[in-house]
Amino acid sequence: MSAMSLALRDSATMLRRNLLHARRYPSLTLNLLLTPVMLLLLFSYVFGDTMSAGIGGADRSEYLAYLVPGLLLMTIGSTTIGTAVSVATDMAEGIIARFRTMAIHRGSVLVGHVLGSVLQAIAGVVLVGAVAVAIGFRSTEATALEWVAALGLLTLFALALTWIAVGMGMVSPNAEAASNTAMPLIFLPLISSAFVPVDAMPGWFQPIAEYQPFTPAIETLRGLLLGSEIGHDGWFAIAWSLALTVLGYLWSTASFHRDPR
Amino acid sequence: MTEPAISARGLRKSYGDKTVLDGVDLAVPAGTVFSLLGPNGAGKTTVVKILSTLLGADAGTVRVGGHDLATDPQAIRAAIGVTGQFSAVDGLITGEENMQLMADLHHLPRRKGREVTAELLERFDLVEAAKKPASTYSGGMKRRLDIAMTLVGGPRIIFLDEPTTGLDPRSRHGMWEIIRELVSGGVTVFLTTQYLEEADQLAHRIAVLHGGRIAAEGTAEKLKRLVPGGHIRLRFAHPQAYEAAASALRAAGLPRTRLPARGSSPDEEALTLRIPSDGTQRELRALLDWLDAEGIEADEFTVHTPDLDDVFFALTAEGAVPHQPEEADR
Repeated sequence: MSAMSLALRDSATMLRRNLLHARRYPSLTLNLLLTPVMLLLLFSYVFGDTMSAGIGGADRSEYLAYLVPGLLLMTIGSTTIGTAVSVATDMAEGIIARFRTMAIHRGSVLVGHVLGSVLQAIAGVVLVGAVAVAIGFRSTEATALEWVAALGLLTLFALALTWIAVGMGMVSPNAEAASNTAMPLIFLPLISSAFVPVDAMPGWFQPIAEYQPFTPAIETLRGLLLGSEIGHDGWFAIAWSLALTVLGYLWSTASFHRDPR
Repeated sequence: MTEPAISARGLRKSYGDKTVLDGVDLAVPAGTVFSLLGPNGAGKTTVVKILSTLLGADAGTVRVGGHDLATDPQAIRAAIGVTGQFSAVDGLITGEENMQLMADLHHLPRRKGREVTAELLERFDLVEAAKKPASTYSGGMKRRLDIAMTLVGGPRIIFLDEPTTGLDPRSRHGMWEIIRELVSGGVTVFLTTQYLEEADQLAHRIAVLHGGRIAAEGTAEKLKRLVPGGHIRLRFAHPQAYEAAASALRAAGLPRTRLPARGSSPDEEALTLRIPSDGTQRELRALLDWLDAEGIEADEFTVHTPDLDDVFFALTAEGAVPHQPEEADR
């Protein structure tokens, strides 16, 4: 069997294993989806009118439209915390030592985690998106191409955050440590343009909010779904995603190939 | 001569300042059971980890199944099966799914994979539990599943790191049966254990790991001869009886050549006499006959057989003060 088909086959096996875990124990992922859903309901129903006035909108529905793209990306950040936790838990298990002594493609263990997590993140985005639509979010202006691009962006961003989360899981000794290490993944959206526009923030803070990974991705998604201007944010979003993917990949595989603890 | 299934020369490994392995040499002929014996922390697991490609050595050469560890670890992985000290099963999925996972990773065709899975679950008495998550299994069941998973690819060389530690006596004997079956099928087994008895039961050759080196190597018989720990203890309730027995022993100098006086050390405080003995039936009878003839009646008569403590004492403390081994009375 060639190296490539060996890699594919073993990765598929590992992906099946991770999806089996997710199907047996969905509570971790579902719990992580609570945060974005709660924030969605809180900001649209409780703070909606005030927030809408803040962005110069007429009523709650305009703020809902502003809010949803950010929350969809926050959903990805949230589910990848689950990735870090499950990688840290998995690495402490004896089964990983067994995998290391088998003639399998070495990277397949991590690839299985990554693919499984990206699928879970996208499933999470679909669920949160469905809640958004149920409470009145509409994106009827977008063309089919823009929809495909939006899905592509979400997937690419999920891939990037997942690789970073796998790295975080690899260096964490246990599940608790992993969930602490991964906190920035859910904290960063709070200081992005997800809830309020960057130019409504204090001047000294604006560069941080504007150039962190979430804001360009949120602005791009907003543009694709709602037709606002994307500008250079599209390129920034892609650059951030690719950079984080490469960084997370190198970090994770380096930690995996080190002698086990 | 054919190449050994496993060979290592000059194996070294240290963690920071702590030297765990300080030049380990070993060779295991194909189709035999080799047991690496040592207490906790002796470095047994480190040896297994290095030989099974899990851990890099600082120095030394290793060949397993005809492949060099340094140049072709993947070929070694294809030849071996490893059951580590800690359960290497996926607790979140069922026993059957664990087996299927192994079949997939060994790239068995789907039908063949199912056959092997069913056969091994049957053989290891796991059919009933097959549909339950492995995390719900008892210790003995987990070990059985662990070994069953190791056997999926039909490895010719198997590493078992303390396979019976923590098992109840029944499961332990079950594990011994499994190991015997493997060997009768021509598999080479590298076994680590802290129990001399286990090595004695199973291994063709035993090596004692001490201070990062192989302190002794040979058959169980050879190792036991190195151990002076076997003796008979006679304890007396009254000092008079003790004195009488001690002087009779001294006077005999050596009752019937079977009881060398050299090691007999009267212990004034405990009123106990120790007579070196290998504990065989013939020797015991001779001793009892002699005691009767001399009219010596001990209040307590115990046979102390060599245990791992004794082996270690014998191998590591040349000429040091006789220690007081733990009791292992029969």
